[in-house]
Formats: sequence, C-alpha cells, structure tokens
Amino acid sequence: MRDKLLYAAGAAATVILIANLHKILLGIPDEMDQGAIYRILYFHVPSWFTCFAAFFVAGLASVMYSVKRDLRYDVLAVSAVEVGVAFTLVGLATGSIWARIIWGIWWTWDPRLTWALITCVLYAGYLMMRQMIDDASARARFAAVLGTFSFASVAITYKAIDWWRTQHPGPVLPIRAGGGKMDPEMWHAILWNWTAFMLLASVMVAVRISQETRLREVEALRRRAHAI
Amino acid sequence: MASRSNPAVSVAKVCKYFGDFPALHGLEFDVAAGSCLALLGRNGAGKTTLLRILAGLSEPTEGKVTLLGFGARDHEARKRTGLIGHGIAIYDELSAAENLRLFARIYGVESAEKSVQEWLERTWLHRVQNSPVREFSRGMRQRLAVARAFLHRPELLLLDEPFTSLDDKAIALLQSLLRDALARGTTVVMSTHQLREAMELATHVALLHRGKLAHSGERPPEMLTDPGFLYRTYGEA
Amino acid sequence: MRLIQQAWTVAAKDLRSELRTKESLNAAGGFALVILVLFSFVTDPGETETLYALSGGLLWLVFAFAGVLILNRSFAREQANDCLDALIASPLSPAALILGKSAASFVLLLIVELPCLPIFGGLYGLSQWSSHWLGLVGVVLLGTWGMTVIGAVFSALTVNLRLRELMLPMLVYPLLIPVLMSAMRLSTVFISGKDLEADDAIWLRLMIAFDIIFTALALALAEDVLVS
Repeated sequence: MRDKLLYAAGAAATVILIANLHKILLGIPDEMDQGAIYRILYFHVPSWFTCFAAFFVAGLASVMYSVKRDLRYDVLAVSAVEVGVAFTLVGLATGSIWARIIWGIWWTWDPRLTWALITCVLYAGYLMMRQMIDDASARARFAAVLGTFSFASVAITYKAIDWWRTQHPGPVLPIRAGGGKMDPEMWHAILWNWTAFMLLASVMVAVRISQETRLREVEALRRRAHAI
Repeated sequence: MASRSNPAVSVAKVCKYFGDFPALHGLEFDVAAGSCLALLGRNGAGKTTLLRILAGLSEPTEGKVTLLGFGARDHEARKRTGLIGHGIAIYDELSAAENLRLFARIYGVESAEKSVQEWLERTWLHRVQNSPVREFSRGMRQRLAVARAFLHRPELLLLDEPFTSLDDKAIALLQSLLRDALARGTTVVMSTHQLREAMELATHVALLHRGKLAHSGERPPEMLTDPGFLYRTYGEA
Repeated sequence: MRLIQQAWTVAAKDLRSELRTKESLNAAGGFALVILVLFSFVTDPGETETLYALSGGLLWLVFAFAGVLILNRSFAREQANDCLDALIASPLSPAALILGKSAASFVLLLIVELPCLPIFGGLYGLSQWSSHWLGLVGVVLLGTWGMTVIGAVFSALTVNLRLRELMLPMLVYPLLIPVLMSAMRLSTVFISGKDLEADDAIWLRLMIAFDIIFTALALALAEDVLVS
C-alpha cells in the first residue's frame, strides 16, 4: 500500500513536470528583458520553496524528537535535511547559471546567496555530526539539539537578510508583499512546478525514512550478534 | 525485594533501548531500605546501563525508577544519592580540600567545612589537603574519590565496579565505610565482578542476563564460600 | 534562584581550575596575538581608512577563533576523570551546568578579548574609538555571550565525538553568523568613532534577540544534551 502510494506520487510528479516543461518551453513566450534564460526561474524558485519546506519539517521533527523521544521523528528529521540539502544545491546551481547569463558572474556575495551557502554548510555539518555517533539514540538526541539550533539560526539569518542591501531580484509571487509583477500564467507554472517538486521531495523523504529505519534495525542486530 | 512497603529503590517495567537494541528489557524489582544489593552479570548484561539510570545519568526509554520516593532525576533524589562510577571524578587542578568543598556546595551539605575536614581525616588525607590532586598517588586519589561519594551522607549509594580499580588500602577503607553506612540504614546498590569483596557486604543479589533479570533475591549463603554459585545456577540459562 | 547559585558554583570551579593551569587562556591569548600581528599583511598598516572599514570584521574573526579554543576546553576539562558524570548525577540541574560553563567561558574569553582592543588599536594606529569605548565594550559583551552560550551547548555535544576539535567550529561558526554579523557591523561603527545611526540599531536589536533566543534554547535543551 505504502509502496503503491509512493509510486503514484512519483508518477504524478513526472506527469506534472513533463506537462509543465511542454508549457514552459513552448507555451510561454520569452521574458521581455531576459530572453530565454529566465525560464530557469521555473525550477529555481520552486526548488527554494521545497528546500524551505524540507528544513521547516526537519526543524519541527527535531523539536518533536526532544519532546517525545520517538526515533521516528529523528528519522524524519534526517531524511528531510538530506532532501533539503539536495534541493538547496539545485537552487544554488540554477541560480548560478542564471547569474552567469544575466549578471555575468557565477557567484556574488549577495546576502541571499550567502544565506543559501550558510544553510548548506550548516546542514552539511548536521549530517557530518550524525556520522560521528554510533549509538542511534545518542545520535538522535544530539541531532535533535543541533537541528533545533540550526533551524532557529537559519530563520534569524534569513530575517537578517532583509536588512542588508540585496542584489537579488525581489519576490515575484503575488502572495508576498512587493510581488505580483508577474503574469498569472507564469506564476501558475511556478506553482505547478513547485507541486511537482514537493511530490518528488515527499517520495524521496519517504524512501530515505524506510532506509534509515532499516539501517537502525541492522545496527541493532549487529549489536545483538556481538552480545552473544 | 524484602519489604515492599517502603523500598529505597523501585524499578518498574524499565526498558532502555540504544537505537533498536534493547540494553534493558522489562526490569522490575525493588531494593528495601537498608539492604545491600549486588548486581551481577557478564559484560554487556546491562549492569552499567541500569546503574547509570539509577544515577540519573540516563533516562529509561520506558518504565519508571523511583529513588527514596522521588523520580530518579528529581533534585531531592539526586541530593540523597551518592555515586562512585568508573572514573574517580575529582579535579586534578584543585586541592583535596577544594574538591570536597566543591561537592559539599553542590550537594548543599550543612556545616560544610566540618564535614570536609572530617572526611579528609577519615580518608587519611588531612595532612595533604592543600596540595593539588595532580601530585597525589593513585591510592590517595582513590581515597579522595571515596570521600567525595560519602561526603553528603547519602541515603542511597550507587557503586559501579567499586573494587576493580582500587588498591588494598582503599578497598579496606571502602568496605569499612560501607559497613558503617549499612549499619546506619543506608541502602547500597553495586555492580561488581569482584565477588569475594562484594559478597561479605551483600544482603541481596540480582543477576542480569542480556538485559533481563535472570534472578533476584536474598544472597544465598553458599555464595560466601562459592562466589560462582549463582552464575552456575541461573547464569547461562 | 537555585539555578543562578548552582551556575555560579560551576563557573567559579571552572575559573579556579583555569586560572590555576592557564591552559586555554595561554593558548587563546597567544593565538589571538599571532593573528593580530598577521593582519599587518592583510593590508598596508598605513592605510588607516581601509583598516577602520575592516576593523570590526578582523577583530571578531580573532575572537571567534580564540573563543573556540576556550570552548573546546570547557567540557573537555570534565573528561579526564569522568567528572561530568559526577556533576550530572549531582543535584546540579543540567541548565545550571550549561549556564555555569557558559559564564566561565564568557569571563575567560573576555580576559582574552578586552586586551585585544587596545593592542589592535595601538598596533595599527586606530585611535578614534577611544571616545566610544563604552559602546565597543557593550558590543563585545553581547557578542561574546552569544558565542559562549551556544559554545557551551556544543562543547558538551562534541566532547565525546571523534575529531572533537574540528567538529566544534564546524557546527558553531555557521550558527553564530547572525551574532557575528551584528557584532562586526557595530564594532566597525564604534571603532571608527561614529555614533549609532538608525540603521545600526537593528543590528543591536538582532544581537540582543539572538542572545535571548539562544540562551532560552540552551537552557531548555540542557537536559537533552547532558542526560542520555
């Protein structure tokens, strides 16, 4: 049942992505100032939204582990972090390509980019620390503390970015203040892509959850074997 | 174990998991006030895990531990419990007296200076009380560790392999202090391999086997002369 | 009240041990001095204009490096004879232990930091801050507390890890970015002998909020950090 759901979600994501690609590449015209390259936006923006969502889930799961001490929350947290980092990398890569064409540079120390890099490093540290601890319960406990601290710090850093002068284009969606300059057709495409990305991310998280759970079972069996 | 009315330690359905590995499973027993329980079992049977839970260093995954009527992590329970763990738990940079004063303050010992002096004398350390512990011999450090554990007159003493790392003088000291404490009504729980030293003191024994309680009850008289008795009877069943 | 009293007991113990051996003080102080001298190669020492602009950033890099040396020792000090177990098993509350450790590191780090200010000023001929030294000290206090309160938690988390000396800065620096950012900005303002403007007030608020949030988180999660 669970597997079937996952396959269905994966298939739905694929269908949406293909339909969207068709529409984005052939249906929607080039943007006035930027030409064809602006289309990377349809992948750039949704991957950031997906990574926010993943880190939010990870932060929540970390807090929940500290409260409930249930290893399922720990598994959710680590899976969400991994998927979040993957989408952060997609966001950084697509942003970098866009910046090369439009700004003429691969990277700039714009605070928003800096934030993305910090977040990446922070969660890479989270994943690294997990590697250093052998006992699953201790690992979960420490990871929950680090996850909570990381989420708080990332949120504050993100807020602080609004106070710096930024080179990054402003919000584009009508749901954010200052946004809404965009054609409805365009932001619909972004939203649909986001839906597909979220489905994809959920499938990835679900797969990682079952892997992590198995891994823990194997660790326990190995320990039991040593005890005999 | 003995009287169910007012146990000093009550362990109820305690499980402890490391990941999915059950280190302790469904432990259920009481320790009567004033008795001395020897926790036996092979390496990895769960003795240290159980003692760490009693010492408030670790929390059970399931179940509940009550010490002297309080939860194991309660301020009151911690205040009335003494611990001798694997390490000697004293600071090398501080002097003997400073070490004891520190723990007297932490435990809120009344007339602290008097107790500190008393325990320095009882452990034959009063002449060197102002030298840093770094300069102490191994035996002196061990005696100081013993003094630290007894300083606040704990009602419950937890000892994890107390005799393993001690020299003869410290073993004799610890044994006599434990005998005094038991006579005063202190409850003692110790895990040990050193059956000969422990059996003279133990009134009760509990045998852990792979995280489960294999046997618990009064110390069989046979064990005084034949320490391996319990292992053969219940051990590898 | 008991919390403060217990924390003071822990802090006094740590300070007494450290002032007796001076291990981490010597290490951190010497290190800070070396880095301060190395700065002479960052830019020509004669270019006071550039130096004023860089001053806050340079100083806080020194403080962050020196801080990690002190924080690494904070819980490592307890490791030698399993003293940490004795403290956790005692009536000390975990929150008091973290708070006390944090306070001790705070004082030790200040002992290193405060002399750095006149030394830095003297070496590079920056004298305009003398009129604003009070504000500068205030920034140092706020920034240092943020560093040591997070540092105490992570010193405890990493004390038993493989590669402890590496993991602590790996995890702590990215978390500290908001407070370091604010401290660098405000320090630059004060060292340049300027008054705080409206724009700068936001960094002061950020730093205070950061200190409060992470002190609260550290105290709330202390039990998870210390009791397994």
